[in-house]
Parts: sequence; C-alpha cells; structure tokens
Amino acid sequence: MTSYDTVIGLEIHVALLTESKFLCSCNTSFGAPPNSQCCPVCLGLPGALPLINEKAVEYATRAGFALNCQVHYFSRFDRKNYFYPDLPKAYQITQDAFPLCTGGFLEYYMDDQLVRTEITRIHLEEEAGKLIHSGATIVDSDYSLVDYNRAGIPLIEIVTAPDIHTPKQARLFLEQLRLLMNYIGVSDTKMEEGSLRCDANISLKPAGSSVLGTKVEIKNLNSFRALERGLEFEERRQSQLLNRGEAIRQESRTWDERAGRTISMRSKGDAPDYRIFPEPDLPPLNLDPVWVSLIEASVPELPLERLRRLEGEYGLSRYESTFLVNYRDFGDLFLSLAPMGIEHKSIVNFLMGDYARLAREHGHLTAERIAELLKITSEGLISPAQAKEVLEELFSSSLSPREIVEQKGLQVVGDPAKLGPIVAEVLSTHLELVGRYKNGETRLFAFFVGQVMRAAQGKADPEVVNQLLRDELAD
Amino acid sequence: MRKLAQLLETRQISSTEVVEHYLSEITKQEPILNAFITVDAEGALAQARASDLRRQQGMALSPWDGIPIAVKDNISTKGLKTTCASRFLANYVPLFDATVVSTLKNSGLPIVGKTNLDEFAMGSSTEYSAYGVTRNPHDYERVSGGSSGGSAAAVAAGEIPWSLGTDTGGSIRQPASFCGVVGLKPTYGWVSRYGVVALAPSLDQVGPLAKTVEDAAILFSLLAAPDAMDATSADARAFPVPDWDESFIKGLKIGVPEEFFGDGIKPEVERAVTDSLEFLAGQGAELVPISLATNEYAIDTYLTLVTAEASSSLARYDGVRYGVRVPAEDSNTMFAKSRSAGFGSEVKRRIMLGTYVLSARHYGAYYEQAQKVRTLIRQDVLAAFQQVDVIITPTTPSAAFRIGAKQSPLEMYLSDLFTAMANLSGIPALSVPCGKDARGLPLGLQIMGSHFQEELLFKVAYLVEKYVGVEGGTFSDKL
Repeated sequence: MTSYDTVIGLEIHVALLTESKFLCSCNTSFGAPPNSQCCPVCLGLPGALPLINEKAVEYATRAGFALNCQVHYFSRFDRKNYFYPDLPKAYQITQDAFPLCTGGFLEYYMDDQLVRTEITRIHLEEEAGKLIHSGATIVDSDYSLVDYNRAGIPLIEIVTAPDIHTPKQARLFLEQLRLLMNYIGVSDTKMEEGSLRCDANISLKPAGSSVLGTKVEIKNLNSFRALERGLEFEERRQSQLLNRGEAIRQESRTWDERAGRTISMRSKGDAPDYRIFPEPDLPPLNLDPVWVSLIEASVPELPLERLRRLEGEYGLSRYESTFLVNYRDFGDLFLSLAPMGIEHKSIVNFLMGDYARLAREHGHLTAERIAELLKITSEGLISPAQAKEVLEELFSSSLSPREIVEQKGLQVVGDPAKLGPIVAEVLSTHLELVGRYKNGETRLFAFFVGQVMRAAQGKADPEVVNQLLRDELAD
Repeated sequence: MRKLAQLLETRQISSTEVVEHYLSEITKQEPILNAFITVDAEGALAQARASDLRRQQGMALSPWDGIPIAVKDNISTKGLKTTCASRFLANYVPLFDATVVSTLKNSGLPIVGKTNLDEFAMGSSTEYSAYGVTRNPHDYERVSGGSSGGSAAAVAAGEIPWSLGTDTGGSIRQPASFCGVVGLKPTYGWVSRYGVVALAPSLDQVGPLAKTVEDAAILFSLLAAPDAMDATSADARAFPVPDWDESFIKGLKIGVPEEFFGDGIKPEVERAVTDSLEFLAGQGAELVPISLATNEYAIDTYLTLVTAEASSSLARYDGVRYGVRVPAEDSNTMFAKSRSAGFGSEVKRRIMLGTYVLSARHYGAYYEQAQKVRTLIRQDVLAAFQQVDVIITPTTPSAAFRIGAKQSPLEMYLSDLFTAMANLSGIPALSVPCGKDARGLPLGLQIMGSHFQEELLFKVAYLVEKYVGVEGGTFSDKL
C-alpha cells in the first residue's frame, strides 16, 4: 500500500450582508415571501441594466485586507454564460480575468500549531435565485418553482491555493474564515441559510511527490461536518482506486449527506463552456486609492490578533482565549470588564460558567452590572451560591446587583452569635456522624458545612461557618 | 416643429387635433406601409387630452408638449407591448418605461405606437421582423432599411412627425438614408440605454429620426442626458439646440475618406454626396482627403462583437419568466424548444455565430482579436479627427433595395459597411438626405464627428438640408 499526500483547495462563496442587492436596489433580507424582493434588473427583464452597489465593493475590499490580499484599484466584470432556471439573465456577472483581490493568506491554529493557507483570489459576483422542487429532489419533482429574492445578492468567491493537507484542516480553515467574516462584519455566514458555501477540490499524490494528482471537485457540502466527512470519504475512495492501480477521473461529485458518500455529477468533458467575456453594461471598477485606504483602516482587530492579545496581555490560557475569540461578544465583554479592577481569571471563569448559558438564552448583561456582581462576590458580601441567585435575577430585573441583594435580603450572615445556634443544632441532630468524624472520617466536614448552609438558607458566610464548625468539632 | 409648437402654444390647434391627424394618416397608410407593430390610439388620445388640459392651465411640460411621437418596438414602454419584432415577445408588456420613454412622457409627448424593426434589431431591411416587412414610402416594392425601418418610414410617410430608433451598426442612419429623413446615432453614452432591449450593449445607442435637421436636433436635446440607471451613461452634459449660425463653415475641415468612395458604390450615390461636398466647399469649408484604412476591418469586427454580445444578451429569453414557453420534461429541453419556437432564423444565426466566437477554443481567434481591432479602428478614427473637424461619407453604398433582393446574410451584413465604424469607435454620426437617384429614391450623406460633437454634425447637416431642400414639407407647413 502506497501512502499518499492529500492536496485540498477550497472555493468559498460568502454572501455579503449589504442592505440592497449587488446590481439593483432590492432588499436582501432573508425569509421574505417568495419573489417579493425583485425588480426588472434582478429578474433580468429586457432592457434592465445593472448598477454596482458600492457597499458590496467596500465589503469585498475589507475582506481582501482581512485576508492579507492585494486589493487592485482596477478590476473588471465579466459575463459567465450558462442556462439554468434560477439564473435570470442566463449569465452571471462575475470577475474573471481581473479580480478585485489576489495573493493573500489566512493564519490559524491547528493542534496548537500555527498554520497558513494561501488565498489565490477574491472576486465579486452575483447570487442566483433559488429553486424549490415540488418533490423531495429534482428528479422526482413534477415541477419546480423559482424564488428570485436571492437573485442578485452580492457574493464574494474566495479561492484558496491547493495547500490544505487534511479534511480536518479544511474544516478548521473554513471555521476560521467564517469567524473572520463575522469579525469584519461583511456576512452572517450561515451555512444553513446558504450565506456561506464551500466547494472542495481534492487530489492525492504519492507521499513526497511534487506532481499533483488528478483533482475531483466536491459540491453540496452544506455544513462544516459535511466538508470534513466529504473530504474523508473522497480521500478513502481515491486512495483505494490508486491502490488498485486505477486512474482518478477528473470530475465533479456531489456529497450525499444521508448516504455518507460522494456521487459523480459530471466529468470534465461535460463541463459547460461558460463563454466568459467582459460585461459591456458595466465599466471596469477604478477604485479611488484614498477610499481604498479608508476601507483598509476600517478593518477591526481580527481573531488571531485578539487571541494573541488575550494570551499576551491578559495571561489567559489558549483554551480561555479561544473561547473569547470564537464567541466574539464574550470577548468584547471580557475586554470591557478587564480594566474595571477585577481579577482577569475570575472574569473568564464567570463568563464561561453559568453566565454563558444564561446570556445565550436571554442576551448579555452590561459590563457595569457584571462588574458590580463580581465585586460584591469577591468582597464576601454574598456567597457564591447567592451570587448565582443574583445573576439569574439580573436577567429579568432592571435593578443593580446591590439592589437585588438588598431587596431579597441576601446579605451574608457572618455573625457567630447568629450562626452558633445553627451549628449547634446541626451537630446535635447528627450525633452519630459527629462521632464518626471524631474517629477520623474528616471528609464528613463538608457535609456539616452543607447542612449549616442549608439551614441558613445559603446566607451564611462560609468562612465563619467553617471556623465555628472546626471549633465545635475540636472539642 | 417650432411652428407646430407655436400653434399649440397659441392654442390655434390642440394636441388632440394633431394626434387625430397622425392617427388618420396611420389608418390610411398602414395597410400598405406596415411601419407600426402596435398603434395605441386610445392611449395617445388620452395623453393628447391631458396635454391640452395642461396647455389650458398654462402648465405645458415643454415647448413640445402635445406633439406625438413613435417609439421603436425594442424600447420598453410601461403597459404597452414591446415585442422587439419577435414571436418570442409577442405578448410581453413591460413593467417599466425606458429612461428615454420617461423623458418623452415628462416632456408631454404622446406616444402613438411602437414601430417595426428587424427582430431584436438584427438586420438592415425589417425583412427579419416577425410582423412583416415595412415598405419604403418612396417605393412600396423596396425596403425601408433597418433595423429602425418602421421609425424611418413612419416619419417619411408623415404618419408621425418624429420617432426614436436604435443604432448598433447603422440601424438609424441606413433607414433614414433609404427613407429620406434625418437620423442621428449619438455619441456612445450620451443617451440612456436603460430599458432599451439589448442587441450589443457596447454598441447600442438610441437616437432621433425626423423630417428636418432642426427637428432631429430638438428631439436629441430632450434625449441627451446622464442617467443614473445606466452605468455606461456619460458624465452630466446637456445638448442645447444649435443657433444655426452659418459662419462656422468658413475654414471647417471636412475629411473625405478615400475608402468610402469609388469601388462598390453606386455612381448616383457618389455623385449626390460629392455634389453636397462641393456645395459645402463653396460655403467656405475645406475638403481634406483622408484615409480611414481600418474601415476594411469594420464589418468583420462589428459582426464578431455584435454576435458575441447578442448571444449573451438574448440568452435571458429562456421561457422561464416571460415570453414563449414550450413545456418539456426538463428545463434544458424547455429552453431549447422555447427558443427554437420563439426566434427567427437571423436571430438564431447570430446567436450561433456569437456562441462560436466566444467558445473557449475560438475566443482568442475571434472575440479577443476583434476587441484588438476595435481599438485600432478607434485609434484610426480619433487620429483622423486630429486633422479634420468632421468626416463626410455616403451613408450607404446604394439606395433602398428591393424587398427580397438580398438573398444571403453576408449581402445584408454589408449594408453596414459605412456605418459600423462610428459604433465601434463610439463617435456620433448623422445621416441627412442629399438628393435622389434616377428612380426618385432618396440618398443619404453621413457626417461623423468626434465624441460629443453632435452640434457640429447638426450644423453641417443643416446646410446640406438647406441646399437639397426638405421634400414634401411637414404637417405644420400645410397648416
């Protein structure tokens, strides 16, 4: 059995989050009634002409800078001709020979190793409409309907170099790319809604060889998991073929999620001739260098930069930093809380604890309220158990943490004169256990603490309780 | 038109009367002429009544408020069928007005109907119309030219005072020449293409056809405006109607390109053009022999580009959203059957040619090469305008030909021999009548200028018209 190197390249389509479409002023919001967001331009009516949405160019430019690309002042639009019911003009306006961006890269961590994937190009193009089949699939449908709401939404196509080596790396790359697009605010990148889509090219070559094998394109990879599984399947299929001495056919295959395999769609010979030529309805883009530099300056802190800052400046672990980077809203909250005089570790612990669950359910609390809660907890005004109660209350109340403590009478009881009788009561009802404790079963201490806390309805100061119990049990 | 406008202004005639006059001409002549695909008598009269009301209230939208017009049937008119002379769009009613149509409406011009053309403007005779040929008013056995044959014939026959045409390779100028009217192909980008059904977007332009030079200039002054809906629209710039001062002719350098005279041109055509040139020289112009050697490649280049762009621009007629649909088992078969049923033979021929020249194997040899030659032609033309102010040539090598005379597509393509160059280089070009041949058929002279030099073209044409005279007079002359 020969061993093989896997070579993977990705083509990613990202729908840009502009308010209006790429070539007309129609609304782009998701989920509107079918064909309610269309006009002569995006329906391809005779005589309608396209106009470039500047916002789409801005977003694509920002994506280019975020991916370390060269953004070209001059780029050009082309027509890619093919017939399909969801393509109103029977050509797609895209950029072929002169794309907006070329030559970038994305760096990301894989198993604690920083890896880099080269970006070959990024270009702007328009989205097609959406076919809705009457049956489960196109083959067993009596008819199909077309929704053109999606037609003309701006896309960027991001093409990587063939320098991804494992299915897992492909998934990691796509996850990082998605995060990056979210950070720069150009797309909501929802794979389930189709605003992020990925096709993969994969080939195998004998380990160490510099000659690329025949590549196969995989389509219909509708989730991160599908991308990884589809590539894994294809990796196996190709290596088995090669081991049997058979050749790989250059073809497009589609991922069948249910069957867990790829299925041949068309071979290279059947590939359509797109007859691409310059779009005569649109002059080339000639970007103003000043405008471009303003877009460059507007690129915010990117995920990798933030990761490095969280580890370097705040001393967080890779695990904690990754959590805060992946959940950018949590990261933002951390960065707001960090200068407020609270220990960084306790902020992270708080954010990653019960708060994470509650915030996902109800939305975030303000940094100010969180800071107050953390302070009164660390000062011992309330116990950790009470802090949890206050936290839950904060999501439904407009009061400050202190006000909630007051209102609910949650203040910790630390007065030994009040706690003493409770301790005595607890010990007297568990005389047998007290005896066992005194005979060396010291782990029962925690049980007594728990009983006292319960009897004090959680309001007892644990330090005082500990002290009182130790004194009583030492006798 | 100034006279008619004045009569309307002083309320000696109403727009309703004017429109009724033209509608009766249409009723009388259409059975033979066939210049219109759709006549909207009801709509035009409603617009005329609205215009009369505005005049009463002193709220005329423009001096031309109430003067009717006809629009070539490849220009979108909201609520009024726009067929492009194709079976495919036999029942297509646009949801929006082309910008030029909005302009006409905003100036108060009632739209009387939609004029005949070669299907999707592909042709030079209107013989390729799915709705029959438009006959030449000067000889019913002859073609009116094309593709704007209906627009030219309607004006020449007095069915309408002026009209809109489109010109991709000569489609305004050649029929203007054949029918004895004035027609302008403006500078590329000066008139909006929004709503104009594309043949070849990099070449198409809308322009005026009228009986007189001044009327054409007036109509052009309405059309020439930037349009935010058309990305190829030129920067803001208006066109005021010229003052017709004649002193400009002294020392004006008129280029006379040798390639446009001599072999292959009917002697009568050459004689009429030369006659006008001599007249202009007599007025003080300087005739400068020049060479436009690249015109030899104009037709090949033009055909390559026009078919390439058309094959793509017409791909949207797939039967999915509008137009002809022939049901089939799967979508590809439906596309093929619908297009086979909806398109005529010339459209199919050009789509096939265009598909071929854009195909991966032939792109370099044809499309790419044609783009390079187009650049050379443009450079050649611009170099000529370093030496001369305008260039004058015959509009066509011959007068209107007989219906059915041109048997091969290639013969038909050669009709654009003298006109395609202006489209390829984006410059304005105007055809003005310059006499008649022995049969009494009108002959046309083409004046080309550098980009945005329309004023000069009109002023030169005005002198030619003065020399030759306007045949038949206009409706208002008879009032």
